[in-house]
Amino acid sequence: MQELINTTLLIIGGGPGGYVAAIRAGQLGIPTVLVEGQALGGTCLNIGCIPSKALIHVAEQFHQASRYTEPSPLGISVSSPRLDISRSVEWKDGIVDRLTSGVAALLKKHGVKVIHGWAKILDGKSVEVEGQRIQCEHLLLATGSSSVELPMLPIGGPIISSTEALAPKAMPEHLVVVGGGYIGLELGIAYRKLGAKVSVVEARERILPTYDAELTAPVADSIKKLGIALYLGHSVEGYADGCLLASDGQGGQLRLEADQVLVAVGRRPRSKGFGLESLDLKMNGAAIAIDERCQTSMRNVWAIGDVAGEPMLAHRAMAQGEMVAEIIAGKTRRFEPAAIAAVCFTDPEVVVVGKTPEQAGQQGVDCIVAQFPFAANGRAMSLESKSGFVRVVARRDNHLILGWQAVGVAVSELSSAFAQSLEMGARLEDIAGTIHAHPTLGEAVQEAALRALGHALHI
Amino acid sequence: MGTHVIKMPDIGEGIAQVELVEWFVKVGDVIAEDQVVADVMTDKATVEIPSPVSGKVLALGGQPGEVMAVGSELIRIEVEGSGNHVDTPQAKQAEPAPAAVQAAARPEPRVEPQPQVAATHAAAPIVPREAHDKPLASPAVRKRALDAGIELRYVHGSGPAGRILHEDLDAFISKPQSSAGQAPGGYGKRTDSEQVPVIGLRRKIAQRMQDAKRRVAHFSYVEEIDVTALEALRQQLNAKHGDSRGKLTLLPFLVRAMVVALRDFPQINATYDDEAQVITRHGAVHVGIATQGDNGLMVPVLRHAEAGSLWSNASEIARVAHAARNNKASREELSGSTITLTSLGALGGIVSTPVVNTPEVAIVGVNRMVERPVVIDGQIVVRKMMNLSSSFDHRVVDGMDAALFIQAVRGLLEQPACLFVE
Repeated sequence: MQELINTTLLIIGGGPGGYVAAIRAGQLGIPTVLVEGQALGGTCLNIGCIPSKALIHVAEQFHQASRYTEPSPLGISVSSPRLDISRSVEWKDGIVDRLTSGVAALLKKHGVKVIHGWAKILDGKSVEVEGQRIQCEHLLLATGSSSVELPMLPIGGPIISSTEALAPKAMPEHLVVVGGGYIGLELGIAYRKLGAKVSVVEARERILPTYDAELTAPVADSIKKLGIALYLGHSVEGYADGCLLASDGQGGQLRLEADQVLVAVGRRPRSKGFGLESLDLKMNGAAIAIDERCQTSMRNVWAIGDVAGEPMLAHRAMAQGEMVAEIIAGKTRRFEPAAIAAVCFTDPEVVVVGKTPEQAGQQGVDCIVAQFPFAANGRAMSLESKSGFVRVVARRDNHLILGWQAVGVAVSELSSAFAQSLEMGARLEDIAGTIHAHPTLGEAVQEAALRALGHALHI
Repeated sequence: MGTHVIKMPDIGEGIAQVELVEWFVKVGDVIAEDQVVADVMTDKATVEIPSPVSGKVLALGGQPGEVMAVGSELIRIEVEGSGNHVDTPQAKQAEPAPAAVQAAARPEPRVEPQPQVAATHAAAPIVPREAHDKPLASPAVRKRALDAGIELRYVHGSGPAGRILHEDLDAFISKPQSSAGQAPGGYGKRTDSEQVPVIGLRRKIAQRMQDAKRRVAHFSYVEEIDVTALEALRQQLNAKHGDSRGKLTLLPFLVRAMVVALRDFPQINATYDDEAQVITRHGAVHVGIATQGDNGLMVPVLRHAEAGSLWSNASEIARVAHAARNNKASREELSGSTITLTSLGALGGIVSTPVVNTPEVAIVGVNRMVERPVVIDGQIVVRKMMNLSSSFDHRVVDGMDAALFIQAVRGLLEQPACLFVE
């Protein structure tokens, strides 16, 4: 029997929520232990955000190179680009390694004790990790989420989840993506650009169902141009004899020959299998219910990130982790951001911050909605990007900006400006009166505000 | 450019120290000739100090509450021309440099923010938002509010679109009646507290009350007085002479009763110097009239009450009380009483235990007048009744004498004709 470890803060999960909480706790002088069963960095660094962006970059580069085999308006021509996917995966793994070892170094620097192993909760103040008892004053649950599996499509063999899709050994002939949400589309588009034939099957009537149709239209166009087959309104029934079977609900049967099927139908809070049930916490479906301070129904038991439900975004988990550490250090804090940006790395990219016109309308707010197309933006043209726009939603009475949406090449980088304007309580005049550098995509942001005020300059 | 220095003036005979009560200017202010720069206070009176010159305030010589020596530097003003003060090198060194620095640095933050805050409040009424309305504020403001335990919902936003600025938070924090944390419509816990420095008049009152309670052996005596006849007389006099001579309150009658009764009780119209162990019995009856001013209790004096008529005493009481209330009473008007009369009128209650106004030895307190059933000759009749609650310095006034004095006053008031029979 190993010696009992006593600590003030025990964090289960070393993802973006858990490790940020640990770093901040270390900065604040709180004795902290972090337990991680797999690799530090969690889903985000290992099998999510970072590797997918790396793969998307590879796909984009290869796609561009392939374009130059045909006569290009840019005047570039290449004979025939080849892809060594194992090298690509190696490069991606290198990035992941650098980041995860960076996290380990940061934790060490801040005096956080990292224990590798799977935690089992004994009660609200004690956890066991492979025979090692750890006693704590505060327990922070940051166990994240896992991919939702479909009973008729169990993962294995040709049926893969996003984790396997991010470490391909070879390109499939025909990949069928089940799920037209952001994960399915990001990976589907990447695989298409890497040379695979790709089809997307989605149960609902449109892609990216959480966004409005206007916003997703440029993505739908791009998917069509890339030659990805879309099967909307189709429910998957199973996979047999190398074929994915789906029905349209009206008697129509779909049979797609596919050597690989990617199941990307969402993520579920990881709240089972480690003794969480014994705490009998108040739940919100599969997610742990938390208050505005990320406290669960049990005193000094906290939950952050995906395990605490939607929106399942790494940057939300990080902000919550930082906050919980400060609360434990005795500060008064509440999680009350004006907005959390959501970014979708499809081609083109989509970014949504704050209220959409529809949401504002539902809340009975009288709004001005204005958009500025990238077709009228010089920088976008020079990036060969003509689709997409920036849209602003503002109150009609005092011009307070309530939300931003954008779709277009590289618009993910505009998310910071969007979030900042909402957090600072900017009005249309504030953005319209800020000089935006020329030539940048950001000019479309200023022009959208100007257009909402009735005097856009370049349209 | 020269420097003009105003020194703390000698405002009362033989007073060496004066308390600085309030500054009306701050360093950097441009002031006009005759503009009042400060209030200072002696034992008895608050005096305004005007500036004899126009110019710019360079330094203040003290902070409110500070007791300063007569002749010390009160304020330094930069003036056109040569001024009245030359900083010789020696003088510069000899002068208490830290004090000057302190004076320049300290009062400024005390005085400056107040008008700003007041202005903000006047312009911006506090409008609590609806519960579902998120207060609009930058992350930095939100964090500061959390750290300070303030619900931004209750903070007025003066920025564009009602945005709560750092300045709004400053104003809210400095506002003493903070309603932070109060639930809408509920009874919120209050954790705020306000520290009021005991300076100026309040300090004087505190010292004198404490001193009186510590030194004087208080003996209090309460008697009930039938003022039916007195009230009838008073009303008749007011009906007949009110227009020409002014209305009479009960006070001049009480003063008259005291004047007449004191002829037989010289030991009560006296002052006791307990350090010199001397009692001075006064021929003159100078009646102190306890008066509530804006800043606290003051005792202006009706001088030579024994020589005044009902109406002249009444008008003099009104005049000195008014002067005291408006902080305009002179030092003479606030000192020299030989006995004190205290009345809260309708608020008089049924009994009070007044504190002797040292070095006097007696204070007469007037309680509320009410109509009450009283048994007279076996009949229950309604009479106007009023209590007198009086305190004496038992060290020099015996209980028997005190009781006899009050009984004499009672006899005079119940048979008011006796007040005027010599």
